[in-house]
Amino acid sequence: MNALDYLVTLGVLVGIAAYGIWRTRGHQNLRTYLRGSRETKWFTIGLSVMATQASAITFLSTPGQGYESGLGFVQNYFGAPLALIVIAAVFLPIYRKLNVYTAYEYLGKRFDSKTRLLGAALFLLQRGLGAGITIYAPAIVLSTVMGWRLDVTIIGTGLLVVIYTVAGGSDAVNLTQKYQIGVIFVGMVTAFFVLLARLPAGLSFGDALAVAGGFHKLEAVDFSLNPDRRYTIWTGVLGGMFLALSYFGTDQSQVQRYLTGASLRESRLGLMFNAIFKIPMQFFILLLGALVFVFYQFERPPVFFNQAAWHYAADHGAGERLQVLEHDFEAAFTDKERAIQAWMTARHAGDVAAASASRTAALAAQARVEAARTATKETLRAADPRTTVNDADYVFITFILDHLPHGLIGLLVAVFFAAAFSSKAGELNALGSTTTVDIYRHVVKRDAADAHYVTASKWFTTLWGLVAIGFALFASLAENLIQATNIIGSVFYGVVLGLFLLAFFFKRVGGTAVFWAAIVSQALVLVLYFSLSISYLWYNVIGCAACMILGFLLQAFLPKLNQPQIDSNAHR
Amino acid sequence: MVHHPPEIPDDASTGLPGFRTWRGVYWFVLGVFVLWVGLLALLTKLYS
Repeated sequence: MNALDYLVTLGVLVGIAAYGIWRTRGHQNLRTYLRGSRETKWFTIGLSVMATQASAITFLSTPGQGYESGLGFVQNYFGAPLALIVIAAVFLPIYRKLNVYTAYEYLGKRFDSKTRLLGAALFLLQRGLGAGITIYAPAIVLSTVMGWRLDVTIIGTGLLVVIYTVAGGSDAVNLTQKYQIGVIFVGMVTAFFVLLARLPAGLSFGDALAVAGGFHKLEAVDFSLNPDRRYTIWTGVLGGMFLALSYFGTDQSQVQRYLTGASLRESRLGLMFNAIFKIPMQFFILLLGALVFVFYQFERPPVFFNQAAWHYAADHGAGERLQVLEHDFEAAFTDKERAIQAWMTARHAGDVAAASASRTAALAAQARVEAARTATKETLRAADPRTTVNDADYVFITFILDHLPHGLIGLLVAVFFAAAFSSKAGELNALGSTTTVDIYRHVVKRDAADAHYVTASKWFTTLWGLVAIGFALFASLAENLIQATNIIGSVFYGVVLGLFLLAFFFKRVGGTAVFWAAIVSQALVLVLYFSLSISYLWYNVIGCAACMILGFLLQAFLPKLNQPQIDSNAHR
Repeated sequence: MVHHPPEIPDDASTGLPGFRTWRGVYWFVLGVFVLWVGLLALLTKLYS
């Protein structure tokens, strides 16, 4: 990065944050600080919901997924439109009618105090852990770009977001998210066209798709019934719908976004905006990754994208072995590039047999490339056991730094940070408000002035920011970052969704039955998670089903639970 | 005698041209979802 890049990055980020705080200054009562002033239009809500979900991980890690595994991850989002329709039709009118601050406040009104606290606790637990990952992701970018220490970067960026969120409140979060997602769209679309322009002369967009498809990168839909497959249309539609129902319908970081709507109509349209554009957005980001893969078929990539780890190992006794592997990689890459060029020549000439033979040769060379990469990863791990051998998260940032013009590098780095700030701000805002409304005001201090709760909310937001920073510092993130986020969500979301579905649709089930059903179901999901190897998306279905079935059984067979309980403090 | 249709409350109206009810909006969104999945399945078939 040069001075122009720094200027662009800082200008974009500081400008948006300062504008957001200035526009929403003076919002100091609890209602406007936590829930916004309820004047927000559908377009802002739609972008805000999108920005809260689309963290830096989305733009950093998803292209890496596209590069490594192709488009299959898009199936993860197939359940989202279905879930958003259910939320807009059923969940949203109830939340608005009851005029709640948080989704868990509704559980208190419908069931009882302990169920409200359980719902809030499960949210705080999983979102607090997930929040650590959303700090970790941009910290990788910064530490790679600037050569800073990762831990110092995590602490620095984490504190920056905490300050920004505490100063802003809900309205400022919504407003800044709108401009941040605007910057994100502009940056990603620009990167896409620059990438197309950087492909070799004579290679059309159709050729690029053919190359990507030839290496199995365009397999977006998998109809396989094998439960071990992580992404299939079935896990996406069913597991993805449960995940999305839970995330968009019961996770306070999202509920808080659409509760700011000026009317039910504005909130509904904001959700429908996401129902329409979520799948194409994720497809576009994955396709970007698949095209980066095509680009690196004609431009030699590093054997391992986390170059800092490679250089560390080279300097600590593994240099000779890594050099040998570099030569193997280089030879395999050259053979592969030659085979792909022959393949494209045959494709242009319409020679199907020659094209097929060249493609087979390219795939064989790719196997040698992968073998060299695997051996490199083993060498890196042997030199430093702490090394994470999955380098997919470094692919897109490496491409940006090595191949994009200055100015645009600054814009793309701003994209990562805009995404990080917008999702982090939404999460911390929700963690702070849930702790204040569902724990502190409900249990600890019931009749204080609004100003007291606003101050408490700011302190809780700060506290959660520090917890997230701590988790980011000490968590061992072996998997791809975006998967890690979804795995944590899936382990907890199913049970929370079960709680809400029982609340919305089954009026005869009472609080005590639901409470114990949720406790047992969560324990069951955790046991299954640590003992099975099925796709994590299924835990959304299992947790939800277990909670609902157990809730019915407990309500039916334990007579003393049959008296519905009313939370006398639900209004607080 | 002029017969006035019942007034639709603000939140019941979609305010979208061509969509009188929310049910219509939901069917439209569902249709778009099916279209996206169909196009992605076609892409998979063409390039696998």
